Amino acid sequence: MSAALRFALQALFWGGWAGAYFALPEYLPLLAQIAIIALFVLSLDLLVGYAGFVTLGHAAFFGLGAYAAGILAQQGWGEPISGLLFGAAVAALVGLLTAPLVLRGGDLTGLMVTLGIAMMLFEAANRMAWLTGGADGLQGVEMWEIFGVWRFDLFGRTAFVYSLTVLFLLYLLARLIVSSPFGLALRGIKGNRRRMEALGTPVRARLVAVYTLSAAYAGIAGALLAQTTQFVSLDVLDFHRSADALLMLVLGGMGSLYGAMLGAIVFMVAHHALSELTPQFWQFWIGIALIALAIAGRGGMLGLAGRLLARWGGR
Amino acid sequence: MSTAVLETDGLTRHFGGFTAVDKVSLSLSAGARHALIGPNGAGKTTFVNLLTGALSASAGTVRLLGQDVTALPQHKRIKRGLARTFQINQLFAELTPLEAVSLAIAEREGLSARWWKPLSAHAAIAAEARALLDGLRMPAADAASATAGLPYGRQRLLEIALALALKPRVLLLDEPAAGVPPSESREILDSIAALPREVAVLLIEHDMDLVFRFAERITVLAQGAILAEGEPAAIAADPRVKEAYLGEAAHG
Repeated sequence: MSAALRFALQALFWGGWAGAYFALPEYLPLLAQIAIIALFVLSLDLLVGYAGFVTLGHAAFFGLGAYAAGILAQQGWGEPISGLLFGAAVAALVGLLTAPLVLRGGDLTGLMVTLGIAMMLFEAANRMAWLTGGADGLQGVEMWEIFGVWRFDLFGRTAFVYSLTVLFLLYLLARLIVSSPFGLALRGIKGNRRRMEALGTPVRARLVAVYTLSAAYAGIAGALLAQTTQFVSLDVLDFHRSADALLMLVLGGMGSLYGAMLGAIVFMVAHHALSELTPQFWQFWIGIALIALAIAGRGGMLGLAGRLLARWGGR
Repeated sequence: MSTAVLETDGLTRHFGGFTAVDKVSLSLSAGARHALIGPNGAGKTTFVNLLTGALSASAGTVRLLGQDVTALPQHKRIKRGLARTFQINQLFAELTPLEAVSLAIAEREGLSARWWKPLSAHAAIAAEARALLDGLRMPAADAASATAGLPYGRQRLLEIALALALKPRVLLLDEPAAGVPPSESREILDSIAALPREVAVLLIEHDMDLVFRFAERITVLAQGAILAEGEPAAIAADPRVKEAYLGEAAHG
């Protein structure tokens, strides 16, 4: 794919978000949520798609960020930016502390440990109702204006622009990271861990770093959800959130930042559209899409689109 | 010997009740051209894994450049000047040889934790990677295509390139030409012959032509233990060595 075409497609992607702001004003709350989930899937991509470490418990960090930012605001500090950073810090700290457990043993062991940690956090949030509101959810989250200027409005305008801006900035940072020597080392670890060790890479330290980074990203996504909806329910820590994110990532294309975001968008839009049409049946269609993409080859939708473009361009 | 760059003393590894490497004491002097030979299952690859730290020793010590590294993990030994190639390719299927060699160079330069600057901004790394692959006569088109699609001989060449990119003081070559068809093996043999003299090389090999062309000293391993060590001519004449190989042929 030529550089000009690549740039045009990226401009189209971000321009599409901006266009949606004007074209779909009644859907802004949903669009804000899509941007947030796109950020969450992006965080998963750093870990799964680039470093090749599969997790089934990534909702743990999303939920930690959501509760951290939500509780901070509920307790009287409603400043949004510091709330995001607080959510990121809490998630990153737990990521850093649990990384040695998760990275111990083989891939399957790690997978089970991620699952176990997320389950424990879910149950802890359920039991600690005095802090989290338990099954009723966290009430009384009140946000201040962003930079003292933009108030969170009923129509979700501020929520959307805020979420999208955070997504864009963190995408830029992620793009820098994956193109850096550190990012290449992650791809090396995914590709061949034994060789990386033989090249002198402290593989475990690199994995701890990306696990913590990915946790921080997920924490920010969770914090965004808490701030823009001014509510946190136990759902943020639910297993289905981890599983759905993995599904979105595979759907869109692992190891590509746009693949991650595209997967989230398509999944969320399809979820919304299909569940209105056939409420019980929408997972059936997602299942069909997954099978079709798996048969069509690796790289999810983005990989498929790239191959089609290459064939078309080759003629 | 005071100039030994790599030295083992009584190095031993058990797997359960089986002793794969049995009290091996071996010394490589600076600039050595040393071959380690032995029949299949003699413990050669296990020995290499003990040297690099991929496996931990059950007993004995490994000294690298005069310092005891027995307790050090692999990546710290590599950082001190040890590099290896693998008998079975351990490459990055999705990366190009240029990317893979850049990765190795970045690691050597201690840049692999840097996340705030794109790799493309480190121009010296790309230039060095290109020069290294050119020097090994890897065609430019191959150097820029995904490794998985390259001919086997080119992949073997990349195996060596990745080790050389680390600028090692001691290089362990584990059957570098294994499985390479004769039409493609020339580059590999040339690259081994052209290794800089300041690098001490331990060649683990089956191919006796290559061993006798390259080695100035040979150690023969059988059933995990050293059977004989000496100059190539002495080894070639040693009846015990012949028996070890003939014995294998009779059973095989």
